[in-house]
Amino acid sequence: MTSPKEEGKKPEKKEKRPKIPRQPMPLQDPAVRARNFDEVPYGYTEELAKLESSRCIQCKKPFCIDGCPVRINIPLFIKKIYEGNILEAAQIMKKDNFLPAICGRVCPQEDQCELVCILGKKEEPVAIGRLERYAADYEAEHGKFEMPEMPPKTGRKVAIVGSGPGGLTCAGELIKMGHDATVFEALHKAGGVLVYGIPEFRLPKAIVQREVDYLAKLGVEFKMNFVVGRIRTVDELMEKDGYDAVFLANGAGLPVFMNIPGENLNGVYSANEYLTRSNLMKAYKFPEYDTPIKRWKNVSVIGGGNVAMDSVRTALRLGADNAYIIYRRSHNEMPARKEEIEHAEEEGVQFRMLTNPTRIIGDKDGWVRAIECIKMELGEPDESGRRRPVPIKGSEFEIETNAVVMAIGSGSNPLIASSTTELKVNKWGNIIVDSENTGRTSKKGVFAGGDIVTGAATVILAMGAGRNVAAAINEYLAYKAIGW
Amino acid sequence: MYEITEKKVWSDEVPGIKEFKIMAPLIAEKQQAGQFVILRIDEDGERIPLTIAHKDLRNGTINLLFQEVGKTTMDLGKLKKGDFIMDISGPLGTPTHIERYGTVVCIGGGIGVAPLHPIAQAMKGAGNNVISIIGAKTKDILIYEDLMSATSDKLLITTDDGSYGRHGFVTDELKDLIDGERKIPIDLVVAIGPPIMMKMVCRVTEPYKIKTVVSLNTIMIDGTGMCGACRVSVGGKTRFVCVDGPEFDGHQVDFDEMMQRQRQYLKEEKIAVETHQHLCCK
Ligand SMILES: Cc1cc2nc3c(=O)[nH]c(=O)nc-3n(C[C@H](O)[C@H](O)[C@H](O)COP(=O)(O)OP(=O)(O)OC[C@H]3O[C@@H](n4cnc5c(N)ncnc54)[C@H](O)[C@@H]3O)c2cc1C
Ligand SMILES: Cc1cc2nc3c(=O)[nH]c(=O)nc-3n(C[C@H](O)[C@H](O)[C@H](O)COP(=O)(O)OP(=O)(O)OC[C@H]3O[C@@H](n4cnc5c(N)ncnc54)[C@H](O)[C@@H]3O)c2cc1C
Ligand code: SF4
Ligand code: SF4
Ligand code: FES
Repeated sequence: MTSPKEEGKKPEKKEKRPKIPRQPMPLQDPAVRARNFDEVPYGYTEELAKLESSRCIQCKKPFCIDGCPVRINIPLFIKKIYEGNILEAAQIMKKDNFLPAICGRVCPQEDQCELVCILGKKEEPVAIGRLERYAADYEAEHGKFEMPEMPPKTGRKVAIVGSGPGGLTCAGELIKMGHDATVFEALHKAGGVLVYGIPEFRLPKAIVQREVDYLAKLGVEFKMNFVVGRIRTVDELMEKDGYDAVFLANGAGLPVFMNIPGENLNGVYSANEYLTRSNLMKAYKFPEYDTPIKRWKNVSVIGGGNVAMDSVRTALRLGADNAYIIYRRSHNEMPARKEEIEHAEEEGVQFRMLTNPTRIIGDKDGWVRAIECIKMELGEPDESGRRRPVPIKGSEFEIETNAVVMAIGSGSNPLIASSTTELKVNKWGNIIVDSENTGRTSKKGVFAGGDIVTGAATVILAMGAGRNVAAAINEYLAYKAIGW
Repeated sequence: MYEITEKKVWSDEVPGIKEFKIMAPLIAEKQQAGQFVILRIDEDGERIPLTIAHKDLRNGTINLLFQEVGKTTMDLGKLKKGDFIMDISGPLGTPTHIERYGTVVCIGGGIGVAPLHPIAQAMKGAGNNVISIIGAKTKDILIYEDLMSATSDKLLITTDDGSYGRHGFVTDELKDLIDGERKIPIDLVVAIGPPIMMKMVCRVTEPYKIKTVVSLNTIMIDGTGMCGACRVSVGGKTRFVCVDGPEFDGHQVDFDEMMQRQRQYLKEEKIAVETHQHLCCK
């Protein structure tokens, strides 16, 4: 089998390429999946992957690569898929992206690689994310574990705080450079938001575990239940335990509430609590698992991002009759991925747009009974360029609800910053670095990256930071004597 | 994995009271008075907080004392010497603020005496005159009398049923110390026990403006400030018990809200115990 455009061969100008539409992924039926926690899409079959890969015209100047924060060689891996060399395709992706099975699922592709794919100008872009997922899953199933050739040990050791995508990527890079890498994680499972936040139906936990196991095989050490700042401070890791450098990848895990009346009523949760109970603690399997979660009939989720979509779809799967998204702007401004919004709509989530909560109303026993909201209209654009929502006077109304989940963003946890000497943070508590390419903080030997630097962002950006910082740490360890 | 190196059964009655000595050198090294751990027994287990009642630096162990009130603590009670606990995270929480206040009255109710012990010890160590009041429903479940006696300048005991010490509540002794026959100047009160006891202690000390520190036991999950499950209102502001606490100025705490929040999973807790007993009998 040859690719549609062999490299070097000049594409024949007027060749009529049969118009193949963008291939959808087969999905679980919405009515069924809204009540189970199994993954929503089944992924491409071999035929679909082949058909979709044939759509790529193998651009000489592939814009798609510029759209990918870690610059995967997209046309090349797609070509390999087309040629049927799926394992090779996976290897190509893995050169730049350590977690393709995860990114293929959760990357906001429509704003990145697929946004700039040339096909998108006239028709729909190549489904790069779906192909990435296909090749990565294929490799997981058919590939054999081969110990990569490891360089001789350098005798340097690096402490990595946090096991989210940023920390995992950095650990993988460092171990392959011959350094010792230890990941310290506060929770009992590695993966960060990938295991405690993003639900099983969107990212099966076995996929994350596979990547963690792989790192452990390469020699990365994992210390779980280890809250840096409590059991050991960053200073102690360096001075007492002899770590030559530290990478802070502790994420943006601080819940934000709205500061409206009624927020401490029973039945009000941060999205972090709601999702952690369900995902990390497997409360959706209660009482098989010990951690409980309430199976409410009416659940209101405040917010319009991925976290809100994950929460509201979890509520449906826990048996809600009415699951609402309450969002103060309009449909178009919701920051969640388009696909997630569509999936939520298909599953029966009810969207209350241009609506903002003003207070939560309790019953006599202290449980949530309703949420009072006010209607909003769009006014002048604000600093983000989006039209600012302004309340319409006197338009308050109530929505009957048993539970309210706050998914309006997350801040940075102050534990590390407050327990580390000489570490500078900005007014939001984000660690200040000299540049995102190196991740150097104000403290010598300490680097930072991912959500703790940028504020809540994306998996791929955290991974990119992990990779950049690993290179910077490598350099630092080699020339440690030279100034900071 | 954390090994249980000793087990002591304080009471086999329902609810049982048990104490473990556990091998955890790193945690022992860092523990300060007022701090706790969060543990998970096994893969499908819940994360629950327990205070570190003792530590032994030389042997690298910590002691946890617990009451069997639900599924997890009952499971825990079944473990024996030589068994392992899967996960223990700690020490967590902000340590007790220790300084030389003068006279400190340490009040412990029920198993609250266990978390009180390291605090009394540290207060004594800082040169305070430590008067302790410990209480229990009945004599058989009074814990840590010896230890508290050793770290206090004076130890007063009450039981609800009068089977030992003074017949009455810890607050009765406290009232005596503040404004009764044995009246003494008090600089600080530390109270740990059931929420209702802490609330009552605060009610007694408030009119006299005696600073009162309480240790709250809200529902927790992560213990790092990530989930907000442990939140309480203190002085009208929302605070997280796992990082800002567990100790707060008792006169500022909204105890009613806290107790209401503690009851959130009563129904599920019952199901957990029932399912569990059902499985055990099979
Ligand atoms: C519900 C939800 C859905 C999301 N959906 C998407 C999506 O679809 N696509 C996408 O690209 N992005 C998504 N994101 C965002 C994405 O998950 C994050 O941007 C990304 O995980 C950040 O990675 P990180 O490595 O910086 O930190 P995290 O993934 O946050 O990991 C940080 C880790 O550090 C640990 N830690 C914190 N403090 C300490 C300490 N003191 N000591 C030791 N360990 C500590 C934490 O327990 C955690 O495990 C979502 C986020 C959430 C919450
Ligand atoms: C900082 C702190 C220190 C504590 N120290 C001790 C101690 O030293 N000894 C001791 O016996 N107990 C202590 N507790 C209370 C102990 O955590 C609970 O008794 C235990 O979680 C009950 O779990 P269960 O499954 O056995 O019971 P459940 O049936 O789950 O609950 C019984 C009661 O315990 C409370 N509870 C339930 N889940 C939690 C949870 N995750 N966190 C906190 N409370 C919960 C509820 O109010 C409930 O009414 C402490 C709690 C906190 C917050
Ligand atoms: S990692 Fe994300 S942005 Fe890059 S190619 Fe894959 S899906 Fe696109
Ligand atoms: S821009 Fe689109 S068509 Fe061009 S190489 Fe990239 S994926 Fe293929
Ligand atoms: S237990 Fe989660 S924030 Fe305190």
